[in-house]
Amino acid sequence: MSEPTEELSTYTAAAEVGAVRVRRGRFERWWLALKKAPLSAWFGMIVIAAYVFVAVFAPWLAPYGEAEIFRTPFAPWDETHRFGTDQIGRDILTRLIYGARNTMGIALVTTLLSFLIGGGLGLVAAINRSWLDQLLSRSVDVLMAIPSLIFALMLLSIFKPSVLSLIFIIAVLDSTRVFRLTRSVAINVVVMDYVEAAKLRGERLGWIMRHEILPNIMPPLVAEFGLRFSFVFLTIAALSFLGVGIQPPTADWGSMVRDNASMIQFAQYDFKAGITPLLPAAAIGLLTVAVNFVVDWFLHKTSGLRDEH
Amino acid sequence: MSIDNGADEQNSDILLDMRNIHIEGFSDEQWHPIIKGVDLQLKRGQIMGLIGESGAGKSTLGLAAMGFARAGCRFTQGEVNFEGTDLLKIKPSQRRKLWGTSIAYVAQSAAAAFNPAHRLIEQTIESATRSSMRPDNDSRADAIELYRSLQLPDPDSIGLRYPHQVSGGQLQRVMTAMAMSARPDLIIFDEPTTALDVTTQVEVLASMRQIVEQHNTAAIYITHDLAVVAQMADVIKVLRYGEEVEQADTRTMLSDPKQDYTRSLWSVRSLEKAEAKSEDIVLSMQDVHAAYGKVKVLHGIDINLPRGKTVAVVGESGSGKSTAARVITGLLPPESGSVHFNGEALPPALNARTPDQLRKIQMIYQMADTAMNPRQTVEQIIGRPISLYHGLSGKQKAARITELLHMIELDESFLDRLPAELSGGQKQRICIARALAAEPDVIICDEVTSALDQIVQEGILKLLLRLQEQYGYSYLFITHDIATVKAISDEIVVMYQGEVVEQGLKSDILSPPFPEYTDLLLSSVPEMDPDWLSNLLNARTAS
Amino acid sequence: MHPVFITIIKRLGLGVLTLLVVSAIIFSSVTMLPGDFGEAVLGQAATEETVAAFREELGLDKPAVVRYFEWAGAVLKGDLGTSFSGRSASGSDRSRSVAEMIGPRLKNTLFLAGVTAIIAVPLAILLGLSAALFRNSWYDRTVNATTLTTISMPEFFVAYVLILFFSSLWNVFPSLATVDPSMPLGERLNRIALPAITLTLVIVAHMMRMTRAAIINLLASPYIEMARLKGASRTEIILKHALPNAWAPIATVIAFNLAYLVVGVVVVEVVFVYPGIGQLMVDSVSSRDIPVVQACALIFAGTYIILNLVADIIGIVTNPRLLHPR
Repeated sequence: MSEPTEELSTYTAAAEVGAVRVRRGRFERWWLALKKAPLSAWFGMIVIAAYVFVAVFAPWLAPYGEAEIFRTPFAPWDETHRFGTDQIGRDILTRLIYGARNTMGIALVTTLLSFLIGGGLGLVAAINRSWLDQLLSRSVDVLMAIPSLIFALMLLSIFKPSVLSLIFIIAVLDSTRVFRLTRSVAINVVVMDYVEAAKLRGERLGWIMRHEILPNIMPPLVAEFGLRFSFVFLTIAALSFLGVGIQPPTADWGSMVRDNASMIQFAQYDFKAGITPLLPAAAIGLLTVAVNFVVDWFLHKTSGLRDEH
Repeated sequence: MSIDNGADEQNSDILLDMRNIHIEGFSDEQWHPIIKGVDLQLKRGQIMGLIGESGAGKSTLGLAAMGFARAGCRFTQGEVNFEGTDLLKIKPSQRRKLWGTSIAYVAQSAAAAFNPAHRLIEQTIESATRSSMRPDNDSRADAIELYRSLQLPDPDSIGLRYPHQVSGGQLQRVMTAMAMSARPDLIIFDEPTTALDVTTQVEVLASMRQIVEQHNTAAIYITHDLAVVAQMADVIKVLRYGEEVEQADTRTMLSDPKQDYTRSLWSVRSLEKAEAKSEDIVLSMQDVHAAYGKVKVLHGIDINLPRGKTVAVVGESGSGKSTAARVITGLLPPESGSVHFNGEALPPALNARTPDQLRKIQMIYQMADTAMNPRQTVEQIIGRPISLYHGLSGKQKAARITELLHMIELDESFLDRLPAELSGGQKQRICIARALAAEPDVIICDEVTSALDQIVQEGILKLLLRLQEQYGYSYLFITHDIATVKAISDEIVVMYQGEVVEQGLKSDILSPPFPEYTDLLLSSVPEMDPDWLSNLLNARTAS
Repeated sequence: MHPVFITIIKRLGLGVLTLLVVSAIIFSSVTMLPGDFGEAVLGQAATEETVAAFREELGLDKPAVVRYFEWAGAVLKGDLGTSFSGRSASGSDRSRSVAEMIGPRLKNTLFLAGVTAIIAVPLAILLGLSAALFRNSWYDRTVNATTLTTISMPEFFVAYVLILFFSSLWNVFPSLATVDPSMPLGERLNRIALPAITLTLVIVAHMMRMTRAAIINLLASPYIEMARLKGASRTEIILKHALPNAWAPIATVIAFNLAYLVVGVVVVEVVFVYPGIGQLMVDSVSSRDIPVVQACALIFAGTYIILNLVADIIGIVTNPRLLHPR
C-alpha cells in the first residue's frame, strides 16, 4: 500500500493503488531473477550447461571411438589415455564423454515419457473426479506399494534388459509419482472460481485445460521435472551398476563404475588408478547435485514460502 | 493525536503506554514499514477499540502491545511500557512470564488457535497454573465458573471436551475464559467475532463485554467493524496505513468524527436505493429442492427476480443462499423443481444449456482473486467472452474492451495488467466488466463486496446501481450484510436452513411485524449506537 | 464400536487388499514370460519331454487364476517354490527350494538394516528437530546443504568413496562384507561397518530433511503461536504443544525411510558383496531365476506395505479427532 494521498472527494477507482509493479518483459524478469540467484543455483546451472555441451558434442570432444579397444587393459593415466583404460582396454575419458550422452539422453527420454503418461492422466483425473479418477488413483496406489527399484528389477528379469525396455519400464513406474503430483496440483486449480467461470461461460474441456489449468500448474511441474529427472537418472545408473540396465558396448556411467570397481583396491599403490572408478560415479553425483540446487532455488522462487519439497 | 487526554491524567492510572512504535515486515526480499510511529495509552480497566481496514496494521499493533512481533516482523523503534516496564527492553524469558498472566490474547480463529490434542479445560488453565498463582484444583473450579458466567452450555463438563467437539461461537467464548483464567490486567481481542454469524456474534459480544466489565480488565479490541467496536469500547482509535488517523471516546467519535477518512468508514451505511416494484419476472425458481450427495440443502424454495430490479438474498452461512445460485447457473442440477428464465424453463444441467442461455445469466464472485486466472491479463480476461459470444476480433474487440473498461470507470492503461497488479476494488471491477462483456440480462452477485474495505464497497455498489440504471440489468444479490441490502435492493429474500422465510419489497421486509427468524437476524446486526447491545439484551430478556 | 477401531480395521483391510493385489501382480509376471522360456532355462539341448515336464511343473497348463491361488496358498505356508537354477537339459534336477535359499540371506539383510536403523533413526530425528528449531541459522544452512548434496549422490558413489578412504588407503574396515552365521557379533559388526555407514549417511540425509519440514510445518500452526502468547517456554511448546501432534508426521517419515532403507540395501549389498537378499535378487534377475525374483520382490513389497500400514495406524491412534469423536 502507498501513502494515503487521494482525497475522498476525488476518489476514482483507477487511482486506487494496488500492488503496482514496474512492468517488465519476460526476459527481463528472468534476468533479474538470475542476478539474484544464490551461488548454489549458479553453480548448478553452469554444471548442467557444461554437461549438456559435452553430451551434444560428444563425437567431437572424445579423443577415440566409443567402443574402440586398445592393447593394454587397466592402462595408467598418461598422455595417450588421460584417465587410463578400462578392463578390456577402452579409453576411460572417451567412455566418460559418450556416457554423458547415453546416460543423460536415456534419462531425459524416460522422464519426458513419464510426464507424458503421468501428467496427462493426472490432468484427466483431476478434471473428471469420478470413476475414472477412482480407478486411476487406486491403480497408482497399488503400483506405488511396490518400491520402484524392486519392481523394475522384477520386470527386467522377465523382459530382457534393453534400452527400450529400460526406458519404458522406468517411465511407467515413475509416471505414478508424476500422476499424483499433477492430480493434486490440478485439483487445487480446478476448484478455483475462474475455472467455474469458464465452465459457466460454456468453454470446452480442452480450452479450459489449455488456457485455465495448464499455465497455473506449470511451476510445480517444472520443478518436479527436475526432481524426477535426477531420480530417474539415479535409478538407471543404479540398474546399470547392478548389471541389469544399459548393456555393453554402450558407454554408460553406471556400468563403468561396476566394470572398474576392482581398481579401487590399487589406490595404495597408484592413487590415480584407484580413483578411476569413482570418476563416473562422481559425474553422476555432480549432475544430480546441480539439478537439485537449481530446483531448490526455483521452488523457493516460485512458491515464496515453500520451504521444503 | 486529535484528543488531548493528558492534562488531568494520573500517571499511576496508565497501564499501557506505547510510544512511537515502528514495526517493519519482510516481503519481496525487503523490509517494509507496517507501523509508522503510533502512540497508544491505555488506563486500567479501559477498553480501547482499534479499527481500520485490511492492511492498516491493527493486528500488528495489538500484538505489539504484548511486546510480540510475528515471524517476519520486527520492532525498529519505540517502547512498550506495561506497568512501567519497557517490554522491548527486558529479556524474552521475563516477557514470557507476563504473557498469559498479565497480558492475554484472544485470537481471531478459535478453531485454529486451540491445540487439537488437549482438552479445553487443560488449555484454559494453562497460564494460571504455570504462574502457580493458585493450585490446579482451584483454577479448574474457577474455569468452570468462568464458563458459567460466559453462558456456555453445560459449564461443568464442557471443559472436558476437545476443541473440535464444540461450535465456533462456543470456542470463542472458551478462549475468552482462557484469557481471563489468570485474571490479567490487559486482554488483546484480535477480531474475535469476525468469523462468526451475526446471530452468534451478538451472544459472544455480550458475554465478552460482561466478563471484562465484571473483572475490570483493560482491553484492546481490534476489528474492522465500527458498529461492533461501538458496543465494546470506551475509546476508539482509527488506524490507516500503519498510522493513527484519530482517537476519541466512543460517543464523540460516532457523533462527531473529525477526519474525512473516519466518516467514510460508515458512509456505505448511508447509501440507500429507492425501491421500485415490478411484475415483469425475468428469472424465477419454483419449488426447488437440491442436495449435495445425500445432504439436502434446499427444501423447496421459490424466488422471483423482477426485470431490471435487484433482489437481495440474505441469510447466514448454511442457509443455502449460495446453493440457490449454483442451481440457477446449472452447476448443481436440482433434485426437483425448475428454474424459469424469460418465461421458459432452463435445462437443469449446465452442459444442456445453449450458449445464449449461458450468456444471458452471468455471475460475479465474492473473491475476485480466485475468480480471475492469475496468468491472464485484463485484456484476455475481458476479451474472452467478447470473442466467444459475439465473435468479435481485432479492432472491434479492442474497441469493445476499451468501452467496457470505461463503463467500470477504468481506462486502457489497465489492459496489460495481471490480476496481481490490481487493487481489491479494481479486481472486482474487472470481474464486473467480464460479466458485462457477455451482455447479460441477469447478473448473480455472490457476496461481491464482503471481502472489500468500506470505501471500496461503496464504490462498487454505486457502480452496480449506475449500471442497472443505464442498462437495466437484473441483479440477484447474495449477501449476509444488512447494510449492503439496504443500499442496493428493491426486494429481499430471507433464507434460513434451506428454506425461504419470506420474500417481499425492502420496506415491507425491513419493517414490523417480522417473522421470528427475520426478527432475530435483523435485531442481531450491530448498529452505530453504543447503547444498541445493552438495549437489545434488555429487550430480549424482557420478552 | 469406537470409531478409531473402525478406522484401523478399514486401514488393515486396505493393507491386506493391497498385499493381495501386489502379490497378484508379482505372480502374473510369470505369465508374461515368452513361450520359449523352458528352453532358455533348460538349455538348447533340452528334449521336448523335459520342457513339457518343466512347463507342467510351472503349471502353465492350468488357468492363471487357479495357479495364483495354489501359489498364494503355498506362500502362506512358507513354500516359495523351487529355484530355476541347477536344472539341466537332461532333466536332472539339482535345484533348491527358494525358501531355503532366502532364509539365511533374509536374516543377514535384516541384521544390516536393523543396525543401520538403530543408528540412523534417532540421529536423523535429532538432527531434523534441531535444524527446525534453529531454523535459518548457520547450523541449519550447513546441514541443509550437506544433506541436499548427500541425497543427490548415488549410493554406490558414497560406498566406493568410503571404501577408498577406510579400506583401500587406510585399512580400518574390510571392503568385503562377507559374513557367516558362525562369526561372533563383534566380528560381524566390523564386517558390516562400511555398508552400515553408507546406508546411514543416505538415510539420515533424507530423513533429517523430512523431519525438519514436518516440524516447521507444525510450528507454523496458529495454536503454537497461541501457546507462545500464553507464555509457554520453548521446551513446553515442543513437548506439550507440538509433540502430541507430531507423532503422525514423524511416524510417516520413519516408515518412509525404513522403506527406503529396504531398497537402498540392494545396491549396497552388491557393492560390498554382502550375502543378503538384495544381492540374491540382483543375481537372480541376471540369471532370470524367476521364482527367486518373485519371492524377493514379495518380501520387499510386503515390508514396504507393512511399514506404511504401521505409520498410518500410528497416525490414526494419535489423531484426537478420531480418538474423541463429536
